[in-house]
Amino acid sequence: MASQKRIGKELSELTASPPEGISVELADEADLFKWKVFMNGPEGSPYEGGKFLVNLTLPNEYPFKPPTVSFGTKIYHPNVTNDEKGSMCLGMLRADEWKPSSKIAAVLEFARQLLLEPMPDDAVEGRIAEQYKSDRKRYDEIAREWTRKWAMSGQ
Amino acid sequence: MIALDNRKAAEAAIADTDQSSLKAATRACTRAETATDLTPGSNSPSQLPPVTSLDSEAESVTKVDGRHPKKNRIATPATTAGSMDSDDDFMSDVSSQDAFHTQGSDDESLGEDFGDLDTGFSDDKDLLKQKRKPYEVRFDVLAPADIEREQTVQVHEVSTILGLPPEIAAILLRFSRWRKEKLIEDYMDHEQRTLEEAGLDNDGDETARTKIIPGFMCDICCNDGDDMETYAMRCGHRFCVDCYRQYLAQKIKSEGEAARIQCPGDKCHRIVDSKSLDLLVTDDLKERYRALLTRTYVDDKDNLRWCPAPECIYAVDCAVKTRDLRRIVPTVQCRCGHEFCFGCSLNDHQPAPCTLVKMWLQKCEDDSETANWISANTKECPKCQSTIEKNGGCNHMTCRKCRHEFCWMCMGLWSEHGTSWYNCNRYEEKSGSEARGAQAKSRASLERYLHYYNRYANHEQSAKLDKDLYLKTEKKMTSLQSASGLSWIEVQFLDTASQALQQCRQTLKWTYAFAYYLARNNLTEIFEDNQKDLEMAVESLSEMFEKPVSELAQLKVDILDKTAYCNKRRVILLSDTAENLKNEVWTFNVEW
Repeated sequence: MASQKRIGKELSELTASPPEGISVELADEADLFKWKVFMNGPEGSPYEGGKFLVNLTLPNEYPFKPPTVSFGTKIYHPNVTNDEKGSMCLGMLRADEWKPSSKIAAVLEFARQLLLEPMPDDAVEGRIAEQYKSDRKRYDEIAREWTRKWAMSGQ
Repeated sequence: MIALDNRKAAEAAIADTDQSSLKAATRACTRAETATDLTPGSNSPSQLPPVTSLDSEAESVTKVDGRHPKKNRIATPATTAGSMDSDDDFMSDVSSQDAFHTQGSDDESLGEDFGDLDTGFSDDKDLLKQKRKPYEVRFDVLAPADIEREQTVQVHEVSTILGLPPEIAAILLRFSRWRKEKLIEDYMDHEQRTLEEAGLDNDGDETARTKIIPGFMCDICCNDGDDMETYAMRCGHRFCVDCYRQYLAQKIKSEGEAARIQCPGDKCHRIVDSKSLDLLVTDDLKERYRALLTRTYVDDKDNLRWCPAPECIYAVDCAVKTRDLRRIVPTVQCRCGHEFCFGCSLNDHQPAPCTLVKMWLQKCEDDSETANWISANTKECPKCQSTIEKNGGCNHMTCRKCRHEFCWMCMGLWSEHGTSWYNCNRYEEKSGSEARGAQAKSRASLERYLHYYNRYANHEQSAKLDKDLYLKTEKKMTSLQSASGLSWIEVQFLDTASQALQQCRQTLKWTYAFAYYLARNNLTEIFEDNQKDLEMAVESLSEMFEKPVSELAQLKVDILDKTAYCNKRRVILLSDTAENLKNEVWTFNVEW
């Protein structure tokens, strides 16, 4: 399959020289299409110090169809659904934005950037987005609290 | 109608000219519209009618026709002259019934004759357009081929004006949503910016073709090889042909994208042009691509709208703008027969304007519990309280048990309906105004709503029942054709009547939604009178429909008359309402 070669290449590139604060591995060595990504909360964000599990799933049609990204670790964020799915809505992952030459590395970097700068106007959690805009201090507090509770190892 | 009148006029005129009736009829059928006559197919040129009669026929038709006699004569100068000349030669000869065999072997005159006939038709059309009723709008129905042709014409035009290749002009036009004038203006002012915005830029002049580049690695599949075919548009993002193809196939097939497929390169917004597509995709995809382009064309243009009927392939072209919708209800009829509103794509909802229709439907949906309750199919006989289910479209109910005759809508005595006492359509506000206190008021407003809703829902249901009844009757008629001595053609009056019933009930239904939002004044009174007249006519036609099949044949004339009357009442009601809407003289009890 054409996609295997491409995925293999992307995976080896990402493991050899991962972007800052990100590490990747296969969820199952035999399955190229399911990745486990660990993302460190960016410095200066309320997520700092936390380590977040992000599940990356590639469709069979990859790279012609975009991957999907979801948070395996609970996170208080306007762009991540506050449920067991933890789905993340990324503009570049929409079918009309995604290009076959777009790379997973870019997706992950974009996701991490979103931790630093949420996009409340593009939110999936309206209530959190509202709070982010109107009461930033309270938002920071809760996000930090959640990070401590769910994303710090050895608790 | 006009054509028919004309034909009758022509017939009458010809009959005056002492021709045999057979000839007259033939003539009338061949040429109803134009003054001079040339009939094709001559076996015996010697057997020609005397020109005097021909001439007088021409004259009389013109006179009777009387609308634009000069135009008619001018429309056929060559033919007229030719025919008259040749007729002159034979004028002394017999007047046989071979009139329609004259002149024919001359193919040229035949062609002109038909052309002439066409002019006659378009004259007629012009006339019809002038006589368009106040509630009718002008529209055209476009087949897929017409739509494609329209696109091609515009692409060609822009391509010529701007001196660009057609595929580029096409992209620009699609990008600018087919606003041709604006595009040309923009392009003249800011050529580079316009091109860039549309995902085009002018660098390089490579023609569309695939290339083999040694040492190339495709960024999508990560394959490399020295014999790999590759392709790039002018933006230079090069990929292997397989990936390019798969990308395009996916966009066209599963995403239904056509006009705005971008280069597969990351963050590149260049649009894939039709030349590249032609080069890369297979024939079946090309077909789908073209269909999708047609679709986006119709979607993009404000004056075009797809017929919403299932499986229908036509689109309708109508100039009514969204801002006009306050003052007009643009009902159009597709070639498939479906009548719908050009403003909102819903089924024909004359005479209520789109906004009120939406409000009404929303209201009915919100009040669904009540609506459920009121649209229940049974009612009690006002006299003996037996539960009665309505089984036909007509409102004239006769209780099986006690033979009590009453109106399904108002539950009053039916005997009062046939006379001037008929007031079933009118909501008596008086009883509402007598109500005291907030609770009573709200009950009155609910009652008011129910009054209109009941009648609205009833016409909807009756229309369905009328149709069911007709379908049943039609079946019976077919089986009884030999027994009743009626031919298929002869039972068509039922079809006409059924269609009229459907249409009138559709109109009546919406008059109630419309009336619900009307404030009370003199205009409303007139409206309700018109509504009442139509409703009475419809109910009596509906009643005739319910007669046993054996009686229907004798009722033919009555049914035809009543059908015509219903249609007339409908036209009057709609014309009046539309005029008032256009002149913005209605007062409504809501803001919209």
